[in-house]
Amino acid sequence: MRLLRAFGLPVASTAIALAVAGAWLALLGCDPLRAGQALVAGAFGDSLALETTAVRAGPLLLVGLGVALSFRCGIWNIGGEGQLNTGALAATALVTRGLGGEAGHVALWLALAIGTLAGAGWAALAALLRVYRGVSEVLSTILLNFIAALGIAWAVHGPLQEASGAYPQSDSFPEAARLALLPGLTRAHAGLLLAAALPFALWLLLFKSAAGLRLRAVGFAPDAARYAGVSPERESVRVLLLSGALAGLAGALEVTGVTGRLFENLATGYGFTAIAVALLGRLHPLGVIPAALVFAALAAGSGAMQRAAAVPSVAVHVIEALVIFFSVGFALPRRDS
Amino acid sequence: MIDAPTLLLLASTVRFATPLALAAMGELVAERAGVLNIGIEGMMLGGALAAYEVGAATGSLTLACLAAMTAACALALVFAAFALWQKADPIVTGTALNILALGTTGSLFRLLHPAGESLARAPQMGAIAGVNGFVIAASLLVAGVAGFLARTRAGLALRAVGERAEAADAQGISVARVRLAATAFGGACAGLAGAALVLWLSDGFVEAMTSGRGFIALSLVLFGGYRPLRIVAGALLFGAASALQFRLQAAGSALPYTLLLMTPYVLTLLVLALFAGRTRAPADLARPFRARD
Repeated sequence: MRLLRAFGLPVASTAIALAVAGAWLALLGCDPLRAGQALVAGAFGDSLALETTAVRAGPLLLVGLGVALSFRCGIWNIGGEGQLNTGALAATALVTRGLGGEAGHVALWLALAIGTLAGAGWAALAALLRVYRGVSEVLSTILLNFIAALGIAWAVHGPLQEASGAYPQSDSFPEAARLALLPGLTRAHAGLLLAAALPFALWLLLFKSAAGLRLRAVGFAPDAARYAGVSPERESVRVLLLSGALAGLAGALEVTGVTGRLFENLATGYGFTAIAVALLGRLHPLGVIPAALVFAALAAGSGAMQRAAAVPSVAVHVIEALVIFFSVGFALPRRDS
Repeated sequence: MIDAPTLLLLASTVRFATPLALAAMGELVAERAGVLNIGIEGMMLGGALAAYEVGAATGSLTLACLAAMTAACALALVFAAFALWQKADPIVTGTALNILALGTTGSLFRLLHPAGESLARAPQMGAIAGVNGFVIAASLLVAGVAGFLARTRAGLALRAVGERAEAADAQGISVARVRLAATAFGGACAGLAGAALVLWLSDGFVEAMTSGRGFIALSLVLFGGYRPLRIVAGALLFGAASALQFRLQAAGSALPYTLLLMTPYVLTLLVLALFAGRTRAPADLARPFRARD
C-alpha cells in the first residue's frame, strides 16, 4: 500500500497532466501524438538525447531537493532560480576575474564552493528578512529572483563581460576550471554524480539524524516542536540556507560543467520547474530523483517537440502546473490550521 | 506653477501606479475575506493576453476589458477549485496558477501568431476629460472598495469571514460563498490590471510581460496595512520609482539600465522590511474553513 501511494499517485498525476496537456494541444490544432513522439525521441531517442536529459536533470534535482526540504519544513522557498543564478554568478566572477589562468584545478573546487556559498547567502537574505522583519519568504524569495536575474544581466553587460566585448556573456572558462566529462560521454559531466549522490545524503540527514527530525517536526507539528524545545525560527533559517546552498551549487555546476560561461537566461524557468519536481517527488529526497528525470525529459524533448509539431516549448510550463495541481492534494503534509 | 517635465513625471507616475492599484484592490478584497491568492501575476498575464487578442481583433476597448476580466476570473476560479474547495495549500496553488498562466498564455500567443507574422496593435485607452479611462476606473474601484468594506453590511460580513470564519458562519453567513465571490472579484481586478498593461502601458502582448507587477501588488496590500487609501499611496510610490528610473534611463544616466530596472524590486523588499512586521493580517487569512454539518 505504501509503495502504491509512493509511486502510483505520482505516476497517475503525471499521466493525467500529460493527457490534459495533450487535449490542450489538440484544441490548439497541434497533433498531440506527433508532439508526444517527438518529445520522447528528443528525450530518450539516442545516446545524445539521453545525455541531454541527464544534464538537464542535474540542476532540477538539486534545486528540487532544496524546495522539497523547505516545503517539508513549511518554508515556501520560491527563490530557487535566484539562488541558482547567484551561484552561477559568483562562480563565474571567481573563475574569470578572481583567479588568473594559472590556478589549476583549485579554481574548479573554489568555484563550486563559492557558488554554493553564494546561493546560501542569497537565501540568507530571505531568512534574515523573515526572522527579523517578519517578511514572508514567499515574497522575498520571488523578488530576489528578479534582482538576481538583473544582476546577471548587469554583470555580463558590465564587469564580467568577455574581453572581446562582442556579446553580453562572460569569458569562457579555462579548461582547468571546467568539470570533466564522464568517461566516453560527450555532454554528461562529473558533477552529475555529485547531484545524484546528494539526495541520498539528504535522506540520511532528514530521516536518520536528530537535526533532520527537528526540521521535519517544524513542518508537521510546529507547536509540538516548540514545546519540545525546537526553535522554528532557527530551523527555518537552517532550511533556507541549505536549500539556497543546493541551488547555488546547481548554478556553479551549470557554468563549470555545461555552459562554460555565464550569460542571461541561463536558468529561466528552473525555479518553477523545481517546485513541480519537489511536489511530484512527494517532497521526499529520493522521490526527487525520478521526478527530476521526468521534467528533464520534458525539457530535453520540448525542443524536438517544437521543431516537429510546432508546439512552443513554453507549453512545458502547462504540464508542470498541471502536475502541481494534481499532486498538491496528496503530496503535501496536512498541517493543523 | 508646475513645469512641463515635472508634469510629465507625474503623469508617468500615475500611469505606472494604475495597474498596481487595480490588482492590489482585488487582492485586498480577497485577503479581507481570508483568501490569500498569490496568483495575481498569472491572472494579470491571462487578462493581458485576452485584452490583446480581443482588442486587436475587434478594436473595441470595452470588449477587450471584459475579455480580460473574464479570463482572469476563470483563472481565479481554478485557484478557488483547488485552494477553497479542495482545501489545498494556497501558496502552492497560487504558484501553480502563476506557472499555468505563464505556460498557457505563452504557448497560446505563439500558436496564434507564428513567428514572422506582423502583429496588429491593440487599441489604446483614451482620456475622458483629460483623465485616462483606466485611472477613472481605478479611482472608482478604490472608492467603491473603501466604501464597501467600511460602510456596508456585505462589507462587514466579508471582513467577518476573513477575521473569524467560524463566528461569521454562526451568524448565518456562507463562508464558502463569500470567499468564492471575493476570489472571483480579485481575479476580475487583476484582469483589468492586465488589460491596462496592453491597452495603455504598451500596445501588444509579450510573454511574461507582467514582470513581477503581480507580486508588487501583493506586497502593496501588506504595505498598505489592508487599507485602500494607503495601498493607493503605496502604488503611487512605486509608480514614481518606475517613472523616475525610466526618466534616468532616457536621460542617459551613468548607472547601467540593468541596475535601474532593479529599482522596483529592491524598493519592494525595503518597504516590506520596514512595514511587513507591523501590519496585522486578517486573523483567518489562508486558513481553510470547514462548515460543521
